Amino acid sequence: MSSIAIQLLNGLANASTLFLVAAGLSLIFGVTRIVNFAHGSLTMLGIYAAYSFIAKLGVTPLGFWGGVVAAALVVGAFGALIEIALLRRVYRSPELFQLLATFALTLMVKDFALWFWGAEDLLGPRAPGLHGSVQILGAPFPEYDLVLIAIGPAVLTALWLLLRRTRWGRLVRAATQDRDMVAALGVNQKWLFTGVFALGAALAGLGGALEIPREPAQLSLDIAAISDAFVVVVVGGMGSLPGAFLAALVIGEVKALCVGLGFSKLTLVVEFVVMAIVLVLRPQGLLGKPWESARDAADVEPLRPYGRASNVAAVIGVAALAALPLATTGYALVLAIDIFVFALFAASLQFILGPGGMVSFGHAAYLGLGAYGAGLLLKQAGWPMEAALAAAPLAAAAGAALFGWFCVRLSGVYLAMLTLAFAQIAWSVVHQWDAFTGGSNGLVGVWPARWLESRPAFYLLTLALAAGAVWLLRRALFAPFGYALRAARDSPLRAGAIGIDVQRIQWTAFAVAGAFAGLAGGLFAFSKGSISPDSTMGVSRSIDALVMVLLGGVQTLAGPFVGAAAFTWLQDAIARNFDYWRALLGAAILAIVLFFPRGIVGTLRERFRRRERAG
Amino acid sequence: MTVLHRLPLIFAAVLAAALARPAAAQEPIRLGELNSYKAFASFLEPYRKGWELALEEVNSAGGVLGRRVEIVSRDDNGNPGDAVRVAEELLTREKVAFIMGTFPSNVGLAVADFARQKKVFFLASEPLTDKIVWDNGNRYTFRLQASTYMQTAMLVPDAARLKKKRWAIVYPNYEYGQSATRAFKELLKKAQPDVEFVAEQATPLGKIDAGAVVQALADARPDAIFSSLFAGDFARFVREGSTRGLFKGREVFNLLAGWPEYLDPLKDEAPEGWYVTGYPWYAISTPAHDRFLAAYRKRWNDTPRAGSVVGYATVLTAAAAIRKAGSLDTEKLVAAMKGLRVDTPFGSIVFRALDHQSTLGAYVGRTGVKDGKGVMTSWRYADGTQFLPSDAEVRKLRPAE
Repeated sequence: MSSIAIQLLNGLANASTLFLVAAGLSLIFGVTRIVNFAHGSLTMLGIYAAYSFIAKLGVTPLGFWGGVVAAALVVGAFGALIEIALLRRVYRSPELFQLLATFALTLMVKDFALWFWGAEDLLGPRAPGLHGSVQILGAPFPEYDLVLIAIGPAVLTALWLLLRRTRWGRLVRAATQDRDMVAALGVNQKWLFTGVFALGAALAGLGGALEIPREPAQLSLDIAAISDAFVVVVVGGMGSLPGAFLAALVIGEVKALCVGLGFSKLTLVVEFVVMAIVLVLRPQGLLGKPWESARDAADVEPLRPYGRASNVAAVIGVAALAALPLATTGYALVLAIDIFVFALFAASLQFILGPGGMVSFGHAAYLGLGAYGAGLLLKQAGWPMEAALAAAPLAAAAGAALFGWFCVRLSGVYLAMLTLAFAQIAWSVVHQWDAFTGGSNGLVGVWPARWLESRPAFYLLTLALAAGAVWLLRRALFAPFGYALRAARDSPLRAGAIGIDVQRIQWTAFAVAGAFAGLAGGLFAFSKGSISPDSTMGVSRSIDALVMVLLGGVQTLAGPFVGAAAFTWLQDAIARNFDYWRALLGAAILAIVLFFPRGIVGTLRERFRRRERAG
Repeated sequence: MTVLHRLPLIFAAVLAAALARPAAAQEPIRLGELNSYKAFASFLEPYRKGWELALEEVNSAGGVLGRRVEIVSRDDNGNPGDAVRVAEELLTREKVAFIMGTFPSNVGLAVADFARQKKVFFLASEPLTDKIVWDNGNRYTFRLQASTYMQTAMLVPDAARLKKKRWAIVYPNYEYGQSATRAFKELLKKAQPDVEFVAEQATPLGKIDAGAVVQALADARPDAIFSSLFAGDFARFVREGSTRGLFKGREVFNLLAGWPEYLDPLKDEAPEGWYVTGYPWYAISTPAHDRFLAAYRKRWNDTPRAGSVVGYATVLTAAAAIRKAGSLDTEKLVAAMKGLRVDTPFGSIVFRALDHQSTLGAYVGRTGVKDGKGVMTSWRYADGTQFLPSDAEVRKLRPAE
């Protein structure tokens, strides 16, 4: 029994820093509606900065705590700089576009940290005066962890006072509730946003810096921190600080208990299981308020079918691509196969994201289900390759139908996070089911049939399937189903009033998108010859898909293809030629973000139309 | 005449120039290298320095077959899908003779299978997974680094000698940790049938919840602990465990913990008396290693890590294979690799014809702290040859060609 009590204390200590990071994310989202993807990078910067400051100031109590505070302040200042120099320029962009900017930042921050601090892990000093342990229930417990346990509630109280007792806090709360109204009342939003972003960043930095006696500064902290923080924020309820605190406690405790009770394998995924359960039972999170949809949610220009000229151009384009193997059988085809596969994957995401209005952070689950469906049927069941490939979309659609049934009951970021939770759960099953899926190594030997083995043959197959699938997706958008889907996005209430079963339409769209992602997954598997959990259903795959869609332009039909081509080509070209390729890829994405604030296709179309109107 | 009309002439001229170029002997040999430089920077930066040094040495000694050697290196993003694309790019666009490298097991396996499919020689330098030479072994793939099984087996004699009854195990929850745990349990059980495994903690890679894990291990009251944690997980485990007194009066075994990459960050908090595999570069004194150490320090003004040796030995192997084959033909290279002897900083190694595994060993010893730094003390070199299963067992594991 005493060991369980100690594990509960362990959970409390972990919950504190988890809460700090998540509180920052929650504040930023609440006010600016920005999904700050770079939040984990800020945490990572916090721990690295603390390492450097403490090394400079000396390992004395003053040096240690001074270093921790200095790190938080520097990261806060960096946050303010990001907001002023970058995010201000993209507030007017479509929803989620800011995510692209912060994604680019994560790439740049990571390479900056590598360049500045080097590749080796940096283990900071223990906190002076707190390096020992005290006996609690007969077990030694670190003194520093006791301090951490106290810091969490202290920061929560300070934040609560700041938000409840100051004018600035009142404005922040008002903006969280209705930022247009706050603006209409004459509050200078710019500085409010900058302040909130700086505060959120400082909290992230503090959360990182406080970890310095417990873990080394290393380059993979950003991803680890961001996913945990998102989970905590969503479980607690977006924008609710007490909720974030409660969620951090719940997750910290559940994890510690998993370890303590001998279910350590569950720690891989348990936070996502908690999140899925909470979201299914309580869609707004533990202490969140029901979602107020933003006023401008439906401000989307209706899709227009292509005119004759565009159709002809598309056909000519596909025909030209089909002729490519005549010109080369070299690497261009390899790259093009990747682009087509990802274009199809991105198009399937765009189908629910743009016309469907449902954001998915876990779309890779369906790519993965398709890839594994095909791979397992080929390897385990001995199916011929053609049949296995044909079954890929079915496997993925089945998974999407199952997950989607829960997801379409939610909306906005909650929906997005539930898709992420399901994707992570699926990933962890594949990752741990060694005997069936090959575990973390995955499956090898997933090659195409003899007649498709040559590069041109597989290229043509991919082109044909991808082009055909994209055509089908478009066809669906201009069928009654597509109109109903868009109506459900623009106004669920009115759509319901005219007899559209909104959830059923969205559910169907979810399954359809899953099927096409699964087809992309099948093609992916056979083009690479091997699949693994990380390369097919990892978080980064899901993010890549989002990045591609956003790069191209969410509400455009050609966007996914352009985005996939731009992203894949950029990554290939930059990674080949530069050591610090991540930073450069980030910079390239930032440039696109700034010069094409509605995505590449979206911005070009807008300019074209403006000129048309002017002329 | 317009430019368009002249085109055929221009083509002909270019073609003639290309054909008239001096004999191909002057052209460098191009080799492809791919690795997850950004995803696993702490191991792979020293690795890059290692192979760059070896490449310079090979070329300053006149190259191979009278030709200079060029290495085209790429980042595979730590992802099997990207790695396969990069491998295709190296082969088709860069026209490399063969490929080498890779770090994570899943990337290594994916590239190995790609090599089998495309009939290309692949020298897997670092991936530790046993499957790359056994379950998924193939004709075209050879592996340099001592595998998970071998490094685990190197620790077992000491573990068995201690006659500890209750063992607790902690490992990162993916293939490497799982294989190490399986191999350790199997081998120890064989050597000491009365052994009991009283706790097993599988921690998410890079995200160990050290406090809880340490507490859970302590609750099981083991006599000894076997760990395959590394990098950040290892550092957190060591710090938390020493604060909570987990290691007091217990013997601890930890794979890879003697690698400078993972031991150095702990500075004076490095654990003392742990049994580890590693690389005590500061203490080895063989002519081969002395030469390597001096050259490495001179070239990089830095001390070598385990990665440095792997990178260095990779290029030496590649050069030796080409020399023995006398050609860049894949089949000849594969034939040359079988039984190829290479002199590495660790001594002479052989690539076994049986399963394409090199006999590169590792240093086994106990950790200590000297001058505020973690070091290996009372170490010995464990030759890989002695820590592989019997030939009959290997044949059972490896599919016939």
